[in-house]
Amino acid sequence: MKLCIKNGRVLDPASGFDKTACVNIEDGIIKSVGEAEAADETIDASGKLVLPGLIDLHVHFREPGREDQETIAGGCRIAAKSGYTSVVTMPNTNPPIDNQALVKFIKHEAEKSGLLNIFPAAAVSKGMKGEEISEMGELYTAGAVAFTDDGKPVSSSILMRRALEYSRMFDVPVMAHEEDHLLVDSGVINEGKVSASLGLRGIPNAAEEVMIARDVIIAGLSKGRLHVQHISSGGSVEIIRNAKKRGVNVTCETAPHYFSLTDEVVRDKLALAKMNPPLRTEDDRMKIIEGLKDGTIDAIATDHAPHLMNEKRQEIEFAPNGIIGLETAVPLMITKLVKEKGFSYNEVFAKVTCNPAKIINIKKGEIKAGYDADLVIIDPDKKVIISDDFIASNCKNTPFMGAELCGSVECTILSGRITYKA
Amino acid sequence: MTVKRKDLLDISSLSYDEIIYIFEAAKIFKKVFTETNKKFSFLSGHTVCMLFIEPSTRTRLSFEIAAKRLSGDVISVAPSTSSLVKGESLIDTVKTLEAMKTGFIVMRHPVSLAPDFLSRNCEAHVVNGGDGNHAHPTQALLDGFSVYERSGSLKGLRVAIVGDIKHSRVARSGIELFTKMGSDVVLCGPPTLLPDDFSQYGIEMTFDLDSILPKLDVVNMLRIQLERQKGSLFPSIREYNKYFSLTKDRLKKCRKDVIVMHPGPINRGIEIDDFVADCENAIIEEQVTNGIAVRMAVFSLLCGKTLEDINKEK
Repeated sequence: MKLCIKNGRVLDPASGFDKTACVNIEDGIIKSVGEAEAADETIDASGKLVLPGLIDLHVHFREPGREDQETIAGGCRIAAKSGYTSVVTMPNTNPPIDNQALVKFIKHEAEKSGLLNIFPAAAVSKGMKGEEISEMGELYTAGAVAFTDDGKPVSSSILMRRALEYSRMFDVPVMAHEEDHLLVDSGVINEGKVSASLGLRGIPNAAEEVMIARDVIIAGLSKGRLHVQHISSGGSVEIIRNAKKRGVNVTCETAPHYFSLTDEVVRDKLALAKMNPPLRTEDDRMKIIEGLKDGTIDAIATDHAPHLMNEKRQEIEFAPNGIIGLETAVPLMITKLVKEKGFSYNEVFAKVTCNPAKIINIKKGEIKAGYDADLVIIDPDKKVIISDDFIASNCKNTPFMGAELCGSVECTILSGRITYKA
Repeated sequence: MTVKRKDLLDISSLSYDEIIYIFEAAKIFKKVFTETNKKFSFLSGHTVCMLFIEPSTRTRLSFEIAAKRLSGDVISVAPSTSSLVKGESLIDTVKTLEAMKTGFIVMRHPVSLAPDFLSRNCEAHVVNGGDGNHAHPTQALLDGFSVYERSGSLKGLRVAIVGDIKHSRVARSGIELFTKMGSDVVLCGPPTLLPDDFSQYGIEMTFDLDSILPKLDVVNMLRIQLERQKGSLFPSIREYNKYFSLTKDRLKKCRKDVIVMHPGPINRGIEIDDFVADCENAIIEEQVTNGIAVRMAVFSLLCGKTLEDINKEK
């Protein structure tokens, strides 16, 4: 089976390639980039971007446990529609992913759907209890690509040290959800002017920053691979920038909402703008964008977190944290970073292709002969309006509802097969 | 003035003119309420529900009396007996009330912004009877009215709000009301209870109560919640008392005609001593009476009644 994607603007963030060209695919593998070759099927991509299929380091598909919110099959469909070909699922399901059977179950469900590669992250501690490290070797062998107790921090510094040390055997990152519970002190939104005027308990930037500072120091001590999840504060960017300068083995991600929104939107969106870490201030947003620009922030991950609207339609303190992120990711990256801030496409899309691939050690995220033909075709100038109709997710918990953005996913290809077409 | 508004959620959404309307209406209502047993007809045939998810006695009674003086039919939902404890959502509870043709909901709720959230999801008029640490608009209005009826205007008055600013909806609404009406507001409390983020209001903030006393026209003492001490927000009641209690000695440093207010209930001997609570300058009981007049004015505003309408019925 030969497929040719013709006349698109082919972008390969890993090499910096940016030219109008044809991508020739044979049996699910990229054969060449350049002149069109004879094919069984061709896709005309003229006027559109052709990119490596997107990779999301951070999604919550709720199976097992909360299939009413999202299933693995449903999540795969949404990811494909959003331009993604690979994702890392978080292990905070019920039960949590802390044994090899569950890792295999998730991979099996994804294979059944045939729409997405899932690379599961497994729990860093048994039962995500934060007490003893999980059976990392067995989990790794079953297919786990990272260890994390995402959703909650590893509060014990000795457990973090042991996890970062032990995981070196497999060269796998420990992904850290950074939050000092005592400083969070039952906070609901960012601590600042908005929380002061609304009388909502605030979560200070310091709650995130002190844990990141602790963990980059422990990463230096243990020589493990630390990946800091969903950074939201300007101070976090600064700490990681310094740690990288000192040679610490640390990478990090932010989420589209942290470079798109500030805590001001809580006034209007209430619980729909509630997530952890919380939306911060304009100053933080600018520093996150700086961190993306100078490479301190390696990846953009969505932290896709489906919650039923019933659960969000509650008093803000009672509503759960989190928003869906897959379907709005491409429009936000193009609108907020390329169009508004002048990033190049390769600069932005490196954060969702080759960089995350490197973090989880997979041979993906590049348009290069011999690589899997995981690709996405994007119309960067097409307007999208985020509406109930646009959002195909079962859960529509997004503060971007009603937003008019630029950048539409037109076609997603997984190993040479079309998994989504607009 | 003929403004019709659906809800009263906070002070920031009230205009200057609406506040003056409430003060002027409250003047009329106070006179009628204290001197006669006359009822007004504005809420006649309307059901007014007291939805007090957080318990309260004085505010609920005040709203009830105000609604009854306007001929409203008052019903109450107590949290311990309601289906909210059975896990029914706030929205479903209110849909039920609306199905019973309840036109007005007075809600007190422990979570900030719960009334904003409710108002977007129901047709009934929503009156905020205090939400979390966010807003207590009728308290601020009655505080403002209590000063207004004595001084004729709030403009240029120096008003101190003292105590646990951080956790106080009375403070937030008070800051917004007094600054909107042209007063010069100063906040005073320990740094743990007076976060820097209050500087956004562009008003003076101090940790030193003694330094501000001589120039004050009004001092509003907030109730200190004794459980805050456990969170290390201050070391002990004894030490809080030393720095932030309005005592007889401190009253001597104030102007002779300073107005002392307290939203109640008072912790005697903690934020305010017996002498001050019972002295001529303290208008704490007057505030309670004014609360009824102000709440009658708020209902009238939501009914779209003009001052003329009120004068016609008095």
